[in-house]
Amino acid sequence: MSQSYNRGTVEDFGRWREFTAGMWAWIFHKFTGWVLVGYLFTHIAVLSTAINVDPAAAQSSADIYTNTIAGLESLLVVRFLEVGLLAVAVFHILNGIRLLMVDLGVGLESQDKSFYASLVLTGAIVVASVPTFLGGKLV
Amino acid sequence: MAEHYSSFERGGRRWLFQRLTAVFLIGVLAFHFVLLHFVNHAADITFLGTQARMSQVGYFATMWLFLVTATFHGVNGVYNALVNQGLTGSQKNAVKYLLVVAGLLLVVQGTRVALAMTNLV
Repeated sequence: MSQSYNRGTVEDFGRWREFTAGMWAWIFHKFTGWVLVGYLFTHIAVLSTAINVDPAAAQSSADIYTNTIAGLESLLVVRFLEVGLLAVAVFHILNGIRLLMVDLGVGLESQDKSFYASLVLTGAIVVASVPTFLGGKLV
Repeated sequence: MAEHYSSFERGGRRWLFQRLTAVFLIGVLAFHFVLLHFVNHAADITFLGTQARMSQVGYFATMWLFLVTATFHGVNGVYNALVNQGLTGSQKNAVKYLLVVAGLLLVVQGTRVALAMTNLV
């Protein structure tokens, strides 16, 4: 028989000091979800420069699409934002796998440990990826 | 017995589709990140390189499905987050239709972009 505990509502952010691991996981998943959906709209807007590219300019990589991406990638702040995006995406993926397991009833008693594992693994992947993201040509 | 604590309606399809798209997105989002940041560095992306990838039917289909599933998963997620925060009544309806329109516009524009990146048409 499952047991329920009344920990109050997680939407009441003011009582964050009382939050448990699962409640933090819920908040981080919402936050990373908002960032990812916001980025999705921005991403399609930037990629829209691919519409009506001049074929002759594209042959010498002087088209507006290539120039827009190269211009953004030449900014150090964009490289750091990309590392942030990676962190957000990796956590959302790992915690998403955790949520699917919870939905399937697998490892329910370890749901707090799997949240901590998601955090640690996200940190490790992001730190290991920093050289790749900051490398390459910067103006 | 735990009380029903979810922004989803019991027996609703939105809950199932949110999970099914999640399973697909876990793989495709990771693939997208690895391919366009580690295999090909983002700073080295060119239109010709993008066109070469997007002109492969399998890759194009995967990316278009990525667009559609990510849009649904994101917009449905935003709707649920707002319902969680207590959105009800006519406000809830207005937000629902606004999100549906925003999602459809994103898929239409994303499809235009995807087609412009190919030499398939």
